[in-house]
Formats: sequence, structure tokens, C-alpha cells
Amino acid sequence: MNGHPFTGGRRFAATALVLAAVLSAGGAAAEVSLVPVPARGRGDACVEPTEVMRRNHMEFILHQRDETVHRGIRTSRHSFVGCIDCHAVKRDDGQLARFDDPEHFCTRCHSFAAVRIDCFECHADRPANQAPAAERSPTTLSQLARAAGLPGLPSVRHAEQLP
Amino acid sequence: MTAATPFADRARRRFLKGLGVVLGASAAPGALLVELAAAKAPDEAVSGARRWGLLIDTSQCAESCDACVRGCNEEHGLVGKDRPATDAQWIRKLNLRHRTTGHAHSLPMLCQHCDAPPCVDVCPTGASFKRADGIVLVDKHICIGCRYCMMACPYKARSFIHETLRDQLAHAPRGKGTVESCTLCVHRVDRSGQDAVPACAEACVEEGHHAIVFGDLNDATSVIATRLRSEGAREIRADLGLNTGVRYQRMPS
Ligand code: SF4
Repeated sequence: MNGHPFTGGRRFAATALVLAAVLSAGGAAAEVSLVPVPARGRGDACVEPTEVMRRNHMEFILHQRDETVHRGIRTSRHSFVGCIDCHAVKRDDGQLARFDDPEHFCTRCHSFAAVRIDCFECHADRPANQAPAAERSPTTLSQLARAAGLPGLPSVRHAEQLP
Repeated sequence: MTAATPFADRARRRFLKGLGVVLGASAAPGALLVELAAAKAPDEAVSGARRWGLLIDTSQCAESCDACVRGCNEEHGLVGKDRPATDAQWIRKLNLRHRTTGHAHSLPMLCQHCDAPPCVDVCPTGASFKRADGIVLVDKHICIGCRYCMMACPYKARSFIHETLRDQLAHAPRGKGTVESCTLCVHRVDRSGQDAVPACAEACVEEGHHAIVFGDLNDATSVIATRLRSEGAREIRADLGLNTGVRYQRMPS
């Protein structure tokens, strides 16, 4: 892609410059992060302080998971869907990053830390309704048939016996 | 032989009877009614005060219609791969014909949200469970995909996900290696309570039929409870004594 100020070699040069500046400033190395810094979410602040989130986000999500699935508690504070909505990352091409993109909020750190998570084998990895409609429909054979201009009812099964 | 009445059922009958007395005796039952009709707050846990269920009027269900199936598929992002033997199916249409008389009728078949669910009995991990409000679900975080529950279900209501999925919907997480079935649109129920309309019922109405009614079986004033009381309905495989949450009306026997 052209036109983006921080890509490829230029990004490297910029990082090296910052690094050099920090080192020459005499050890204020906190300015340079050795670990990935994922993109900020929407809004002013996360639901918990960053430090707490970094260490404990999995506990929050695990707790909320059981509360939601078994007890129907759907508060938004530690909601997994809330994380996904708030931390969506837009790629250079304008699309929202998927979990297998290195820029995806969760993937940024999880690939660095080599911690494999399976949340996204079931859960949506980007905010609701962002998947192109074409990927989701038609959903049944009869819709396919209808889209093709045929009268359709193939999802009706015949001759099953009920006692 | 009479099937043993599950304890919960007997307890509920006592509760309903009590409720009837309270309502009958009270001059202003308004406060109680308002309390029952309100949707629960997001931080409120579901309770056994409610039992969600469906009433299916088979006389309103058209043989050629599969709107409920389409509505469900769309709502939960169930995209088939044109492999009827293994594609996920939470609700399906059955067209039945009596062997001797030839009388035909049609009905949707889905998870019956049993009070005593065999799928919960057999699950080795506790993944298959019944919520306090009667909705039978699979906790896919715990499910190991053994499919014991599929074998145990008398209604063939569960599906196994065989292949890697992508683009699941936020409100309907589902993935390879786990079992799933009708959730009674639990995401809608948790949001709207008594006013919720499951996707199948919504699609049915949109198609001009009114074969599926959703509601609280425990609330004597709900449409479903009122109709069950005045019109009656039957459980499919009532002989199993499962006390199903889905009841069928006008089924020729
Ligand atoms: S497939 Fe999953 S829900 Fe079904 S019995 Fe096995 S562990 Fe339980």
C-alpha cells in the first residue's frame, strides 16, 4: 500500500529513531514496549484498568461465561461480545481484522505469547452484523431454490413416523 | 400403567393452584401481574418461577410451509452444506399420514425442552443442562462432542457440528466438535422475557400462519397457559413421562 506513513522499512526506521532517542535520553526505556501494544478500544477507558485486564481478562470472561450460559445473566461489563465490539481493529483495506489477521486485538498478544485460544472457533471475531450478508445467506435449500426462481420446500421431510 | 409424575411437575401444580387461589382471592391482583409480565433485568438470574414453552397448533401448520425452519436457520446462522444427513437442524418439518385412514397433517419438530430431559441424564460432562426456567441447552464450553445426548433424545432434536465454521453470529456462538439444538431463542428470551417471540414463531406469523405460540407455562394469565387450559394439548411421546415444554394441539391420534 502506498501513502501510509508507517509501513515496512519506514516503520522500522521510525522505531529505530525512537529507540535511539530513548537510549540517548539516558534509560527512560519505559517509552519503548518490548511486548505488543494492541490498538486502543473505543471510548475513554476499558471496563477495568489496563494492568488488571492484562493479567485477569481470562478470569473475567470465564466467570461471565458461566453466568451467562447457565444463569442467563447478560450484563455488559465483562461481556465477551462487548470486548469484541469495543476492540474491533480496522485493517488498512478498511475491513475489520479477523482472528487470523495479526492485527486482530486478541491475536496481537496471543500470538506473541504463544497462547492458543479457541474462543473464535465458536464466537464471532468481529462486531455483530459486520459479516457481509452474502456470506450468510441463503440459509436453506428452499431459499436457494427460491433465489433460483424455483418453488422450493426441500427442508420438509416426508414419511417420518411418530408413535 | 401411569407414568410417575416428576416431582417438579407436582410441585409446580401446587404452585399454580396456590397462585390461582391468590389471584382469585385478591381484589387487586394488578401488582402481581405487572411483576410477572416484566422482562428480567440483565443482571438478574433466571428463576424457576417461569417455565418457557411452546404451543403448536398443528391445524394451523401448512404441509407445504417451512417458514419456521428458514426463520430459525437465519436467526442462528445455520448454513447448510447441502448434506442433509449431517447439516445442523434445530427445527424440522414433519408431514405425517395415518397408516390406515390416510389422514395427513404437518408439524414442526424441535427440542421439546423436557422437564426431565434424557439428554441431561446421559451427558457425562454436565454440558447438556436445563436452565432454571426450563430451557434445555448445551454449554459448548464443556461439551466434548461424545454425542451421547443425540442418541438419548427421543425427538432426534440435536445436531453435531462436523466441520469448522466461520462467520458465526455474535448471539449464536457455535463450533466444530460440539452438539447443539433449539435454544428457544434464549437470547431473545433473556432480552424480552414474556414479550419474546422466537424466530420460528415470528416466521410462522409472517407467513400468515399462527401455528406457534411462545410463553410462560407457569403464568396462569399467559396466552399459552390460558389456551392450554381451555383447549388442551398433548405431549409427543407422553408415555416417556418427560413433561415436555413443547405441546401439540389438534394432533389426530
Ligand atoms: S455431546 Fe456434549 S452435550 Fe452431548 S452428551 Fe456429549 S458432552 Fe454432553
